[in-house]
Amino acid sequence: MILRRIAVALALMLCASGQGSAQTSGARDTLVIGLSSFPTQMHPSINPEAVKAYIEGFALRPVTAFDTTWTNNCLYCAQLPTVENGLAEIEERPGALPGMAVTIKLKPDLKWADGQPVTARDLAFTAKVGRDPASGFANTRAWGRVERVEVIDDLTAVMHIDEVSTYFDRVGTLLPEHIEGPIYDTAKGPGDYINRSVYNRAPTTPGLWNGPYRVAEYVSGSTIVLELNPYWAGRKPGFAKIVFKTVDNTSALMANLQAGDVDMTPGEGMGLTVDQALSLSKNLPDRFTYIYKPALTYDHIDLQLGNPILADLRVRRALLHAIDRRAMTDRLFDGKFPVADSWVSPLEHIYTRDVARYPFDLARARALLAEAGWKPGGDGICRNAEGAKLSIEFRVTAGNKLRELMQQVIQSQWKAACIETITRNDPPRLLFGETLKKRGFTGAVLYSWLFNVESSPRQILGSDQIPTAENNWSGTNYTGWHNAVMDDGIKTVETEVDPVKRQVAWDAMQRVYAEELPVLPLFFRVEVHVVPKWLRGYRPTGHNDFSVYWAEKWRAE
Amino acid sequence: MGRFILRRSLQALLVLLVMSFVIYNLIGLMPGDPLDVMIASNPGATPEVVARLRAIYGLDQPILYRYAHWLWAAVQCDLGFSRTHSQPVLEVLAPALWVTCKLMLISFVISVILSLMLGISAALKPGGIVDGLVSLGAFAGISVPVFWLALMMILIFAVKLHWLPASGISNVGDGSFRDHFVHLIMPVATLALANTGGFTRFVRASMIETLRMDHVRTARAKGNSEGRVVLVHALRNAMIPVVTVMALSFGTLFSGALLTETMFAQPGMGKMIYDSILSNDFNLALSGLLFATLVTLASNLMADLAYGWLDPRITL
Repeated sequence: MILRRIAVALALMLCASGQGSAQTSGARDTLVIGLSSFPTQMHPSINPEAVKAYIEGFALRPVTAFDTTWTNNCLYCAQLPTVENGLAEIEERPGALPGMAVTIKLKPDLKWADGQPVTARDLAFTAKVGRDPASGFANTRAWGRVERVEVIDDLTAVMHIDEVSTYFDRVGTLLPEHIEGPIYDTAKGPGDYINRSVYNRAPTTPGLWNGPYRVAEYVSGSTIVLELNPYWAGRKPGFAKIVFKTVDNTSALMANLQAGDVDMTPGEGMGLTVDQALSLSKNLPDRFTYIYKPALTYDHIDLQLGNPILADLRVRRALLHAIDRRAMTDRLFDGKFPVADSWVSPLEHIYTRDVARYPFDLARARALLAEAGWKPGGDGICRNAEGAKLSIEFRVTAGNKLRELMQQVIQSQWKAACIETITRNDPPRLLFGETLKKRGFTGAVLYSWLFNVESSPRQILGSDQIPTAENNWSGTNYTGWHNAVMDDGIKTVETEVDPVKRQVAWDAMQRVYAEELPVLPLFFRVEVHVVPKWLRGYRPTGHNDFSVYWAEKWRAE
Repeated sequence: MGRFILRRSLQALLVLLVMSFVIYNLIGLMPGDPLDVMIASNPGATPEVVARLRAIYGLDQPILYRYAHWLWAAVQCDLGFSRTHSQPVLEVLAPALWVTCKLMLISFVISVILSLMLGISAALKPGGIVDGLVSLGAFAGISVPVFWLALMMILIFAVKLHWLPASGISNVGDGSFRDHFVHLIMPVATLALANTGGFTRFVRASMIETLRMDHVRTARAKGNSEGRVVLVHALRNAMIPVVTVMALSFGTLFSGALLTETMFAQPGMGKMIYDSILSNDFNLALSGLLFATLVTLASNLMADLAYGWLDPRITL
């Protein structure tokens, strides 16, 4: 009898829980977003993570951001500073190279979620913390270039930059001086501010957030709930509440979507994988909208140019001619991954079509190898005059299914061109922490770079960025490529304020990269966004300034 | 008894000290560090930035120096800050521990009860139909991968039937007992099923052996009912090896339920320890692993004490 009563009670509870979740999604004033990771902490400028930037993009916006047309725009400034409108100008610095004075005029109606106004003092405070090497900011250069900030009035500040930089109009998120200021001022030493920041100790404090939403609930490792910022003066958001639910395993995340426990998964590297989305779209074509947005993640193969085989340009070109990238994207990724010609995405304004291309051409690959002295042997593998095999070590990150799949296909295609590959896959920490960092690879390594819009390629292609024992393995130009055209171009795109002159440099850099092939370009990844059919106004950007910066336009219909 | 507990406690302290040294150094031996991984995917992270961050987080110091620093703070009850979470270790550890305690204690109790019922039923008639079915079920429980079992449960009970939430610890804005309860059903069932198989095999084997012993035959000859013979005379003796296995499992449950926690989005100790090791968060990883070691040692101590209760001939 007791057992029966317990069973009945359990059944009733189960039914009740099922009804509850249906009502929640039916009301549609709440959007539940499923994520495959959870931010380790909440300070916007410390320990950068894509998932944190995504979540905080609803509640804390940068002053400027690139929009869906990949154009830099004001989010919190009244007018984008340019040299033409006089808000940015080159200024002399006594005893030093010229710098820049950049005037930022904030929008008048911005408020933190505790009702305090967002002012120029917040900008000055953020620059002060940002350029302090002890603050723990991941990128102090972004603010470190700002020598001083002149606060003209509540809404106007002039940033004095220590160099002429093309990135003067990129201004990040502001910190609330009225909350973080006292914490920073009493920090006792390097790293102390990180541990005491209110963002990490009490992230639900309203005054930390200045976007249309504020963090209302924070359950570490599991859930974050955003509610409306009552002082938001912009367009009224379409959802009263945004819920982030973390499900680390993407198969389980997909099941959560199917069960209706989450409404959508974003594509900015924290949702479903492309193969999962393709499979889901075949099973449930009408339930969700599947958006495949080309992004700035660049899959490529780094070549060890210290290896005499790979130092030969003809061999490098043969390697690329021997890969059928079009067939790979068609068969592995349903044609969604655009084939790359260089590290610059075709979606960027700086992209040029006028570069050397290497379509799949096995005969051309063999001819180039023959020209370089490599002839097919009896076993189908090429040998040189000394009888040495054309054998290349080939690495990817172990356990990364997508890369391992690409590796297998490329391996078989190279074999068809008489090139032998020896697979040596490393776990990520070993590959990036030792093998690449100390240039310990002898052949090819397939991995990805994630770029920002119009970002300088200095770190990966500048000759001053080749890691060596002498520079304590600093820099990430792992191939060891040094080229004068590239070095000049990098300097120009970083410091030339004239966009026409910059474009000339971008063109030259892309051309020399495609000519010399220090790296074999493969694909640009696509982000896959799985969103409900009823969601309107959702427009992915495809770059690191996420779609959430315009989330107030999202609506349920 | 008091002396035994004191002796074992001192041994546990020594084990914890050795473990802390070994774990700290093992994490330190892992190639590279998280900052290397950060620069590997981010062309904007300059070497200067990485060197500065490494200094701020103390990663530029020799590992023995860092360990000594940690140990000195730990004996003063200061477990330090989590490098990745920028919060005191205890503040990160406590919520994860609560999630794990709920999950583990409930699933452990269920699997112990189930395995006793099934193991005893099977042992009563070895080779019979019940024994065959129980053995089949036990082998299935041992063999089925946990992630597959978890995924099947989600697909059946959440996707198809819509009876249970697919994952998480509670619904936003609810947080009632009922809400927490329904969120626990699938992860608890998964863990309980996975553990019951192994426990049942041990109970069955131990019971079969004990039921053949002289004192059981004597108990039957004295006219005791079969139920009393099995539950009082046989089970008590049969439990000694079973308790050992269960005690060992209990400790590993606290740190080893990574798959279940990941599949059902339960932010518990397993996931926390795994993430902290991968991100070289020494303070957090060490505290989590030492806590799991402590639970294992404590559960073994409990098992030793249980031996004396189960068999008065055993002196501690």
